[in-house]
Amino acid sequence: MTIDTPTDRLAELSGEAALSEIPPQADNLDALESEAIHIFREVAGEFDRPVILFSGGKDSTVLVHLALKAFRPAPVPFPLLHVDTGHNFDEVLQFRDDLVARHNLRLVVARVQDYIDDGRLTERPDGTRNPLQTTPLLDAIGDNRFDAVFGGGRRDEERARAKERIFSLRNAFGQWDPRRQRPELWNLYNGKHRAGEHMRVFPLSNWTELDVWRYIQREKIELSHLYYAHRREVYSRDGMWLTAGPWGGPAEGEPVEEKIVRYRTIGDGSCTGAVESEAYTVDDVIAEVAASRLTERGATRADDRMSEAAMEDRKREGYF
Amino acid sequence: MTDETETLTRTAPDSGAQVTLPVHTDLLRLATAGSVDDGKSTLVGRLLHDTKSVLADQLDAVHRASADRGMSTPDLSLLVDGLRAEREQGITIDVAYRYFATPKRTFVLADTPGHVQYTRNTVTGASTAQLAVLLVDARKGVLEQTRRHAAVLALLGVPRLVLAVNKIDMVDFDESVYTRISEEFTEHARALGYTDDAVVTIPVSALHGDNVVERSERTPWYSGPALLEHLETVPVAPDPHDAPFRMPVQYVIRPRTADHPDYRGYAGQISAGVVAEGDEVVVLPAGARSRVSKVDTPDGSVARAAAGRSVTVLLEDDLDISRGDILATAETTPRVTDELDATVCWLAEKPLQPGTRVLVKHGARTVQAMLTELSARFDEQELSHVDTPDALQLNEIGRIRLRTAEPLPVDDYADDKRTGSFLLIDPSEGTTLGAGLVGTPLGPLASAVAQ
Ligand SMILES: Nc1nc2c(ncn2[C@@H]2O[C@H](COP(=O)(O)OP(=O)(O)O)[C@@H](O)[C@H]2O)c(=O)[nH]1
Repeated sequence: MTIDTPTDRLAELSGEAALSEIPPQADNLDALESEAIHIFREVAGEFDRPVILFSGGKDSTVLVHLALKAFRPAPVPFPLLHVDTGHNFDEVLQFRDDLVARHNLRLVVARVQDYIDDGRLTERPDGTRNPLQTTPLLDAIGDNRFDAVFGGGRRDEERARAKERIFSLRNAFGQWDPRRQRPELWNLYNGKHRAGEHMRVFPLSNWTELDVWRYIQREKIELSHLYYAHRREVYSRDGMWLTAGPWGGPAEGEPVEEKIVRYRTIGDGSCTGAVESEAYTVDDVIAEVAASRLTERGATRADDRMSEAAMEDRKREGYF
Repeated sequence: MTDETETLTRTAPDSGAQVTLPVHTDLLRLATAGSVDDGKSTLVGRLLHDTKSVLADQLDAVHRASADRGMSTPDLSLLVDGLRAEREQGITIDVAYRYFATPKRTFVLADTPGHVQYTRNTVTGASTAQLAVLLVDARKGVLEQTRRHAAVLALLGVPRLVLAVNKIDMVDFDESVYTRISEEFTEHARALGYTDDAVVTIPVSALHGDNVVERSERTPWYSGPALLEHLETVPVAPDPHDAPFRMPVQYVIRPRTADHPDYRGYAGQISAGVVAEGDEVVVLPAGARSRVSKVDTPDGSVARAAAGRSVTVLLEDDLDISRGDILATAETTPRVTDELDATVCWLAEKPLQPGTRVLVKHGARTVQAMLTELSARFDEQELSHVDTPDALQLNEIGRIRLRTAEPLPVDDYADDKRTGSFLLIDPSEGTTLGAGLVGTPLGPLASAVAQ
């Protein structure tokens, strides 16, 4: 790909005379892509057993796309790890399996259901399984001796994330200690860690939600169809449109209606709400996101709305 | 900048609102710095708020929190208050990253708090910044801390400075106050090596919004741009294209698949200059030469690629190249040395002492090293040489000599920020101890050393 930008624009940018034929990175997506690829390659070079945390959502799908680009024409030199809450939408599991098959990836699955079945974890009274993911995740990291775990987290998602590093050190319990995080200078990442510790790595740190969608559009990245408007039977709870599934359904006095909806995040079906939307295409979604008055989490994730510090608490626990 | 940024107007499907979207925008990385209470959180909060980068639910939270604290107007500084421990202490202690965009540009803002840990934070924020916004309180003027910040920004080579003379409302929008501060600061910046066109001073009121996004009628004597206007239009020097080509090899791509049995590519992000098919390159530190047979990107091969781009370079000859090597133009090569004279910003609690063993991460290579000499500590105000100390404490800046176990290909930081910078790492703890800059990047430092 050559970036077709007039050279006089570069000259204006640099305040210098026109430099002939040099394709500048005039588009911020190019800069963000190069930065993410750099991060993937640093991890591949410095760690023994990296893994990509894959949820089936758009951010982790973008991560996989970037990983493929970082090592092309060689295959991605590490597997995907999916923590299956047992509350996944069927469409998402199908999407995951198709993606893995299409790109010849390796997939490791850690199942919350297994932990509930043998009593290592107990179902919460509210039925939400997001908080239960931590133990299976940390066990999977320990059992597989993963030493670097890529996540799709972005700093613009939530205030507590604004100070998160790109390389975020976790202790043997997966915990994050703000006081032990290292200053990150230039593009030099310090990957040193002790036995039992691991690094969470966030290549999309500097992307915003809109950047992610514009990149999906530009690269024609296929996402789970749940992100686009579709007809669905839903019921209203806590101001969100929920859908019935293995995790339960409407209670008394919660009528089921058919609506045109889409999801802005994809997670545990018991607490991830849909929003009413007629955004059928990626272009529509971009316009909708640009005009939106709510953050993606604020709009659709019940567990994040519980408290202002919810994310920070779960990060300390090792969930993120 | 072109006057008309190409945009696309669409109708949001849910609300019917008209949205104007940039077709593409460029990216400005900036850092902010200021002393406690100068109004930095308020200013950053206002930039986010007035560029509509704050969404309704975040704003609601701020309204609620402000009301809880008995305030009548929402406190925009709460938008940028970070972690719980800090919220409780009421101070920010670490660099936080913020994102906002206008149809013209996308901004990545490193918000560096200015209290005791200022060097650590400012150095971190400044290491990637193309511009820094320094705040002063109009009532206090240029303080010792302001001079320190400016000196650190100059040392790190941040190309452009903005001085925001804040709380101008509290001095009754008095031109003479602004002029005095502006002149004093510009002179200090000049002494640090900044040319006048690289420094802009703006009178602002972060609290009331004067000259933040819109030019204020209350400062009729000021004819320059509002802060955001300046940030949107200031020329951004892209990564150095006219510098000699450099690329640290991060990873060797060897698929060994049926489709690509012999593919062998050197993957990395070009740190300076341009690489093109046919260019003669040197592999350092070994010194072997070859020619570029192909420049691959994830989207196919290109004739040439420039600094900042992540690429994969293929060579005509089969050489023994591995992670950590540096590809450089054969015309001007980095010098290969195992004795490094450098400036160091010390970022660790335990002091730097001569004789300490460390790891040096330079480009994609980590080598063992010994700190053989600590020759100077610099005064933090002017960065002039003060003494030959026994040790360097947290947040101090000094001059060191290092002996590395293996030779490193380096440039002076002043010539090339990427091949001229390195991390000092504790070999047992793994913590980052310091930020290293090869050579003496700042003019006043060089003369101090010569004394
Ligand atoms: N009058 C006035 N007050 C301001 C202005 N900017 C900030 N303040 C106030 O100064 C105090 C410190 O501001 P804050 O943003 O928390 O400072 P920080 O420590 O630099 O982040 C707060 O009470 C602000 O409301 C301004 O432009 N004018």
